[in-house]
Amino acid sequence: MIEVRELTKHYGDKVAVDHLSFVVEPGQVTGFLGPNGSGKSTTMRLILGLDRPNFGSSVVFGKPYRQLAQPLRKVGALLEARAVHTGRTAYNHLLVLAQSQNLPRRRVDEVIDLVGLHSVARKRAGGFSLGMGQRLGIAAAMLGDPEVLVLDEPVNGLDPEGVLWIRNLMKQLAAEGRTVFVSSHLMNEMAVTAEHLIVIGRGKLIADCTTKEFIERSSEKSVLVRCPNAPALTDAVGREGGIVTPAEEGALRVTQLEASRIGELAYQHRLVLHELTPQRASLEQAFMELTRASLEYGHHGPVHSIDAERVHEGAAR
Amino acid sequence: MSATVTVPYAEPTPHRHATVDFSHLLQSEWTKIRSVRSTTWSLGLLLLLTFGFTTLIVGLTVAQWSDTSESDRLSITTDPVGFILAAGFQFAQLTICVLGVLVIAGEYSTGMIKASLLAVPKRVPMLAAKCAVFAALVFVVGLLVAFPSFFIGAALLRDKASVSLGDAGVLRAVIGAGLYLAVLGLFALAIGALVRHTGAGITGVIGFVLVLSPLAQLLPGSLGEHVHAYLPSEAGHLIAQAHQGQDDLLSPWQGFGVFCVWTVVLLLAATYFLERRDA
Repeated sequence: MIEVRELTKHYGDKVAVDHLSFVVEPGQVTGFLGPNGSGKSTTMRLILGLDRPNFGSSVVFGKPYRQLAQPLRKVGALLEARAVHTGRTAYNHLLVLAQSQNLPRRRVDEVIDLVGLHSVARKRAGGFSLGMGQRLGIAAAMLGDPEVLVLDEPVNGLDPEGVLWIRNLMKQLAAEGRTVFVSSHLMNEMAVTAEHLIVIGRGKLIADCTTKEFIERSSEKSVLVRCPNAPALTDAVGREGGIVTPAEEGALRVTQLEASRIGELAYQHRLVLHELTPQRASLEQAFMELTRASLEYGHHGPVHSIDAERVHEGAAR
Repeated sequence: MSATVTVPYAEPTPHRHATVDFSHLLQSEWTKIRSVRSTTWSLGLLLLLTFGFTTLIVGLTVAQWSDTSESDRLSITTDPVGFILAAGFQFAQLTICVLGVLVIAGEYSTGMIKASLLAVPKRVPMLAAKCAVFAALVFVVGLLVAFPSFFIGAALLRDKASVSLGDAGVLRAVIGAGLYLAVLGLFALAIGALVRHTGAGITGVIGFVLVLSPLAQLLPGSLGEHVHAYLPSEAGHLIAQAHQGQDDLLSPWQGFGVFCVWTVVLLLAATYFLERRDA
């Protein structure tokens, strides 16, 4: 379990992480979502004791990371930037880490097999592709069989097979009761991996809720309608409280009204419908919408969009 | 997928209960240092350069003995071991300067430092283990280079100034060469840790060792003499002399002490900043 309280980090005038508080629970994959530069990596570095916060604290197993006795047996981490000496072989890199935790050599061979780097284990890490580097990073994270995993953008640079492998690995680790905290700037990736989401923008918390809740709250429902007599339908829908906006190729986008009700209205008014499709804004769009709101919040103080407010309220524990 | 990840988290794996002490950090740092090519290259070069320069400089001096000035001849005959070791290590020591910087700054330039600090988040034990392993390695290699180098030099110099390990201060001077290199390595490591950049670190250390000394000699009168005498490498290399020379302000052990003080101060500064700064 990871607990972050009022965590704050400045770099000069720039506030990278701004009074951030959340808890990462075991037994599920928790996605840490935010646009590039929103402070995800910094937050992770603060949790891992690499950087010092200006204010606030973070604890893993109730202790600051720096006070863990054999940290790799408790927390496995994959950092965005590669953390490997380029002149050292993959095997020796893992051996260095294993020895520092009093883990047997056998464990090095185990994690090498786990990530499928057996054929290049005796090659220098400097020559590794991005994907191989990520696999080596995962191997290092899994070395101490840790109960907590902190993974910064783990699917970066992986081929589709590798992406699937990481996804399954994370789900499996969570199913085993471990805490899996994974960052991404891709909403869609998180939607299929994470059960819980912590969303930040400009270093501030935007949402802390289940992925399902987040998707429902943030994606606006609409119905795409095609009708030869558009003005009549617009009129009928408008009277029922629906909001109509023109969509592409003469179609209409209706919000605030269910598709079933629109169909009934068309029948009542004897209007022919060529299309009636319930739609959801794409997750990626919804996410961008939400984080844009957070930027506005950062600029103008209390004036922020209803969407962000709604999610924020829902997130309050 | 292999069975290794599927170990349920409530069920401890057999190795989960093993504890960690400083010996494990030493082991880990030893693996680090022996598994990169820069170590082999630097130490190999130390060997070649020391033997090469010992042979070259002592050999040339003997060949041109009649052309050598009276005062030079006197200083060689009063302290042959000091002359032999200085001939060999004057330039060869730069390999240790480079390696010392690389040992720590290489971790910063490659990002390895993050993995190191994730594994050993307490900065002091990590740096202490690194220093201990590196200093021990350089001391041992230093001895392996210093003894043969002394024998080569003594053999070449035999007709002009005979010297043997049994002479007063000679054994201490040869072992002192190893000590000097070990502390020089730590000195370079401390600078590498402070500047965190291989190029800048190497330039800085070489500046201290090679450039400051002639500059200090330009200072007028006794000020220049004192500044020069207390410079790290100038003071430090006195330990590789059999006895205090006529022009030396410090005795061999005093000089070595001054060098150690420099190194300890820099290491403390490095530790302080390692604790304070973001990795």
